[in-house]
Amino acid sequence: MSTLLERGVDKLKTQIDARVEAYFSSCTHCGVCAEACLFYTETGDPRYTPIYKAEPLRKVWQQEFTLLGKLSNSLGLNSITENDLSDWEELVYDGCSMCGRCSMVCPVGIDIAYLIRKVKEGMAAAGFVPDDLQSAGQRALEFGSPMGLTAKSLRTTIAVLEQENAIKIPLDVEGADYLCMLSSNEVVLYSEFITAISKIFSAAGVSWTLSSKYFEATNTGVQIGDSQIAAQLLERLVEVASELKIKTVISPECGHAYTTFRWDAPNILGRALPFNVVHIMELLDQLRSEGRLKTTGSFDERLSYHDPCNISRRGGVVQQPRHLLNQVAPNFVEMQDSMEMNWCCGGGGGVSANERAEPLRLQVFNVKKRQLDELNVTTLVTSCSNCRIMLEDGLEDNDMDVSVIGITELIADHLA
Amino acid sequence: MFEQFVNGIFWNFALIVFFAGISWRIIAVLRRGKPKDLSVPRNSGISGAIMANIRGFYPRKEIAPRIRMQVIAGYMFHLCLFVLLFFAAPHVTFIAEYITGFSWMPIPYWAFVVASEITFAGLVLLWIHRVLNPVTRLISRRGDHIASILVFIVMLTGCMALAQTSTELRVFHRFTVELLMIYFPFSALMHAIMFVPSRAYTGAWFGRRGVKV
Repeated sequence: MSTLLERGVDKLKTQIDARVEAYFSSCTHCGVCAEACLFYTETGDPRYTPIYKAEPLRKVWQQEFTLLGKLSNSLGLNSITENDLSDWEELVYDGCSMCGRCSMVCPVGIDIAYLIRKVKEGMAAAGFVPDDLQSAGQRALEFGSPMGLTAKSLRTTIAVLEQENAIKIPLDVEGADYLCMLSSNEVVLYSEFITAISKIFSAAGVSWTLSSKYFEATNTGVQIGDSQIAAQLLERLVEVASELKIKTVISPECGHAYTTFRWDAPNILGRALPFNVVHIMELLDQLRSEGRLKTTGSFDERLSYHDPCNISRRGGVVQQPRHLLNQVAPNFVEMQDSMEMNWCCGGGGGVSANERAEPLRLQVFNVKKRQLDELNVTTLVTSCSNCRIMLEDGLEDNDMDVSVIGITELIADHLA
Repeated sequence: MFEQFVNGIFWNFALIVFFAGISWRIIAVLRRGKPKDLSVPRNSGISGAIMANIRGFYPRKEIAPRIRMQVIAGYMFHLCLFVLLFFAAPHVTFIAEYITGFSWMPIPYWAFVVASEITFAGLVLLWIHRVLNPVTRLISRRGDHIASILVFIVMLTGCMALAQTSTELRVFHRFTVELLMIYFPFSALMHAIMFVPSRAYTGAWFGRRGVKV
């Protein structure tokens, strides 16, 4: 067994817990999961069947933890090989956005996204990770941001926004109630998000701050499937939040950042977080229900909402964005498959950061195109900046005249 | 001689393997353990686990049209197999004699015939789908086909035994059942039991997050 394979197999062995054992023991290979996966429905390639993507983990489970598998393995039959891992790299990193739609439809209840996340741990340990993601991980560790942004980049953006919008953006304020994290996208591409929260929080009287020491919400370790990198990045968040004596950390309009902060961080770090975590949608909806977020006028164009998978299906924030939209958008219409059963934008789970996957990602965008064609909307709203980039990219690729905006920005535009 | 073997030592062996094997598989899940989820729950994991176990019995409307064949054939097979297993007259007699000590009202002969035909049709449809559909053809393992064939043989010998009322056929049916019992714990047939913890784990995970399953 080569060193790479040994590392991968050892890591995969550590991933097998009671859930994995129950899942593989109950799978009947019925193939229903394929019908929920946009990578299968839009390509027709059976290799993109979700449970098939978990095959390296299943092989290790079988050869190490089942009687017949141990017997076969001792005879050199059906053992996992290095080729298995290298062949699966494309399936796991290019052909899966970790959206978890498959997990909602499995007749025996297998959370397939959970299995694929564990496969990624083995792939990362064996070194089978796309180059782009590996580089992003290195930049995240070195600079704190997968795009290589630094505190200087953030300060420059803040200075420009303050000047352009005549607002004050709090930075490194000790004792603030809330610390808002940002994805690099929101510093570089969608800085209107920063302007929007500044206006909203100012109007609602929210005590908040940004941090120059560590502001990045994106966790490339989670996207790669490397818990060690993920933990190192999360420790920086904990350190900064503790130094600033923060009570609550706000996850920005970023899907995987929310599930990472809110749900995965305590488990990756092995301890409870010393602060609460809310998604910006949760906080805005709370301010609305408390009467602190008042809006005026309406956005009258016909629009729909794209549920980011990690915020709705994997995060549980489903109704809050709808409450906010209903306050300002009278012509809001739901997509046919929405909320917990939304279709992914195609770029989650690190796919967006993997240039090699771009042609496939644009191909699977067809499902979103069909959804939008049925609705005939002129505007698409979302609450994840990564989804927003993927949607804009897909719309442009399909010559579709639909504009994409973030909810926070929409609400800020209608502040009373 | 063969009848004595089937009714005696092989029956006892099959029973031991069946129950010990299932227990061993369940213990394997429990022994593996699961790290405690340290995140602050939004809702109850227990209610999520219960809901997921109920919800899993019917398909989601969002994908139902794409899996119509599997759903219909799946229900045909599983429901009618359940009826045959627990309500076919010879089975009721057998269970009362060897297991429970009491019996219940069996289904009439015509219902047995109808249920058998539906079960056969469901099983054959599912197996044809497994072989012809590119997805199931790719992901199916040898064990899936062995399980389908074994169940088919058990049902076939069962029908033959009932129709012919011959001791040899009845003994042969019992022999195939015993083979199935021995194979059960080591195969994908374990889904008949493992679907409960599988749905529960996933349901609890979603439940904690406040996601409707």
